[in-house]
Amino acid sequence: MSENVTVEEIRERNEQLIGEVLEAYPEKFAKRRAKHLASFDEAKGECGVKSNIKSIPGVMTIRGCAYAGSKGVVWGPIKDMVHISHGPVGCGQYSWAARRNYYIGTTGVDSFVTMQFTSDFQEKDIVFGGDKKLSKIIDEIEELFPLNKGISIQSECPIGLIGDDIEAVSKAKGKEYGKTIVPVRCEGFRGVSQSLGHHIANDSIRDWVLDKLGDKPARFESTPYDVAIIGDYNIGGDAWSSRILLEEMGLRVIAQWSGDGTIAELEATPKAKLNILHCYRSMSYISRHMEEKFGIPWVEYNFFGPTKTAESLREIAGHFDDTIKEGAERVIAKYQALTDATIAKYRPRLAGKKVMLFVGGLRPRHVIGAYEDLGMEVVGTGYEFGHNDDYQRTTHSIKDGTLIYDDVTSFEFEKFVEKIQPDLVGSGIKEKYIFQKMGVPFRQMHSWDYSGPYHGYDGFAIFARDMDMAINAPVWRMTKTPW
Amino acid sequence: MAALRQIAFYGKGGIGKSTTSQNTLAALAEMGHKILIVGCDPKADSTRLILHAKAQDTILSMAAELGSVEDLELDQVMKTGYKGIRCVESGGPEPGVGCAGRGVITSINFLEENGAYENLDYVSYDVLGDVVCGGFAMPIRENKAQEIYIVMSGEMMAMYAANNISKGILKYANSGGVRLGGLICNERQTDKELELAENMAKKLGSKLIYFVPRANIVQHAELRRMTVIEYAPDSEQAMHYRTLAEKIHNNVGQGVIPTPISMDELEEMLMEHGIIPNVDESLVGKKAVEAVA
Repeated sequence: MSENVTVEEIRERNEQLIGEVLEAYPEKFAKRRAKHLASFDEAKGECGVKSNIKSIPGVMTIRGCAYAGSKGVVWGPIKDMVHISHGPVGCGQYSWAARRNYYIGTTGVDSFVTMQFTSDFQEKDIVFGGDKKLSKIIDEIEELFPLNKGISIQSECPIGLIGDDIEAVSKAKGKEYGKTIVPVRCEGFRGVSQSLGHHIANDSIRDWVLDKLGDKPARFESTPYDVAIIGDYNIGGDAWSSRILLEEMGLRVIAQWSGDGTIAELEATPKAKLNILHCYRSMSYISRHMEEKFGIPWVEYNFFGPTKTAESLREIAGHFDDTIKEGAERVIAKYQALTDATIAKYRPRLAGKKVMLFVGGLRPRHVIGAYEDLGMEVVGTGYEFGHNDDYQRTTHSIKDGTLIYDDVTSFEFEKFVEKIQPDLVGSGIKEKYIFQKMGVPFRQMHSWDYSGPYHGYDGFAIFARDMDMAINAPVWRMTKTPW
Repeated sequence: MAALRQIAFYGKGGIGKSTTSQNTLAALAEMGHKILIVGCDPKADSTRLILHAKAQDTILSMAAELGSVEDLELDQVMKTGYKGIRCVESGGPEPGVGCAGRGVITSINFLEENGAYENLDYVSYDVLGDVVCGGFAMPIRENKAQEIYIVMSGEMMAMYAANNISKGILKYANSGGVRLGGLICNERQTDKELELAENMAKKLGSKLIYFVPRANIVQHAELRRMTVIEYAPDSEQAMHYRTLAEKIHNNVGQGVIPTPISMDELEEMLMEHGIIPNVDESLVGKKAVEAVA
């Protein structure tokens, strides 16, 4: 595509593309899918798509389920708790080893993130109920892993169907061992995507961790600069490369939710002066709750790319005194040299490259700034499980005419990429090989493709290197694309 | 040997399904038929009159004890009672836990896979009160019971249940081959009971197979954990059950796809027969004090 296409031309092309993919569906479903595909209209200030609606059977949605949202996202990274996949073995097996949520600790002794615990339901557990087995598993965990600081019970579908009373087991065993045991009703059939699982998991922290503190708040000496990182899952070390910036500007991070996090950190958070929220979609619920209940303000931030990182550091500092404001400027200045060097090296190799994204609930908008810092352009984006407020927030990050696709289907995504021919697609493991086989460079934007961190200034250097590695790899000169 | 006939007894809880079915099947056994009774009720009391005991070794309790249903052998759960009638009980969880419906599915699959249905003339399923979920509909699904017999009486709730069970049969009638064999009225001595039962059967597009009169001797036999057929073979009541057995035996292939009726129709019919009084529509939803005023 030439450089000087107008927005009108892009919009026209998008409309034609959307029309083409819709033609493949039966009329009834074309009508439904049409509401999820649009071009961003800057004048109206809206993405123009519906979201958080049930996927159509048969379209091969990229979404996950409520269990994935609770076990895989919110609870799984809490490292000193054991998370039981309660139900038949499959859900636990396929979520084994977590999502590259890095943590410090000795696995199997005081940390358990990459381990897998399941009640491995058999026919008899369905018929006679699984509560006795659950009690026994908790006993065994206590015996084998006595340094655990608590247990969460992640419900798989059958638990909701047979009505197992996991709350009663949690209460009894929690009392017996004097530990936090949290029953989570995140059965996979609930809701339309993993998004409801995040919400359910947030609510279970509220009800079974924060509310249980009662009048016994965490015991430590507060400072005026205590903050909690909310919604950073420490994928490839993201929370660590974020935390150092906050600490260098003079703040004290008292909790990480939930990457490399602990139950003690969850319990400490009601004493934070400010909650800083990275993944709005998965943890806005608990942030709002803490605002209402403990009066803790919260602020969204974005640590992808130097532009957004600097903006965010200033925004966070704005909630504190001059010491911190000066600290923020000091941090920005300190990393300027690294940023300049990164951009000097990679921008010439990446400028003008076009990117299409399809990720979960935050990155479809949050990583755009990082690409733009490298001179790249995001021409299409969409969320697996975003809601209206996510699309509203997206309007501040995208250019007029950007193609928007909510809960994109496998077929639609393939067609869009085939026609738009971006230089890079950023999405998940299920999409990766489809596009690489089409000859299109690809990076996993959920797991960072075994790399990372991507957050903060250090993360940006790695991000730039990885994007260059994907796009400018010599292998692409050896393939002949079908078009 | 004639083709295996699979039948099932359904009906409101407490209507006398187990008593009626065991007496009828005992009579069929007397006629020389080889029979298997499959109890599909967690209470596991569908075969006690045949075995003179409540079956302790149910399929599900044994499977749980052994670890899994795959470890179970047929002879561990199949008992033989009166006149060689073979009996198995599905069993199930305590009230309030687990999933009894899944238990029925597990049990029936186990029986089929382990050849329990070989060398038989009749398989009879005795299913608990109402078709509350897919599990309890298992016997009426494809390749299971061909004819369903609904045990009912002249009481209002028994009629509701009969109509609901017919809805269940209708649902599976076209995908599988299940048919409504007919209604069996177990007399409760309500007003105009026979007339009402016949009318109900007609509304459902079926027929009243038999009207079993009430007799104390049934209770006497039950106290001894026996069927009337065994306890008092020459009694009048035993003859009634024999007649019923005869009718069911001759009813082969004569089942129908039922035509369940709407709630309004059903209530209208009950009003016609004076089972529920005619209600002045203007009084619906009014408290006693309001009605007076």
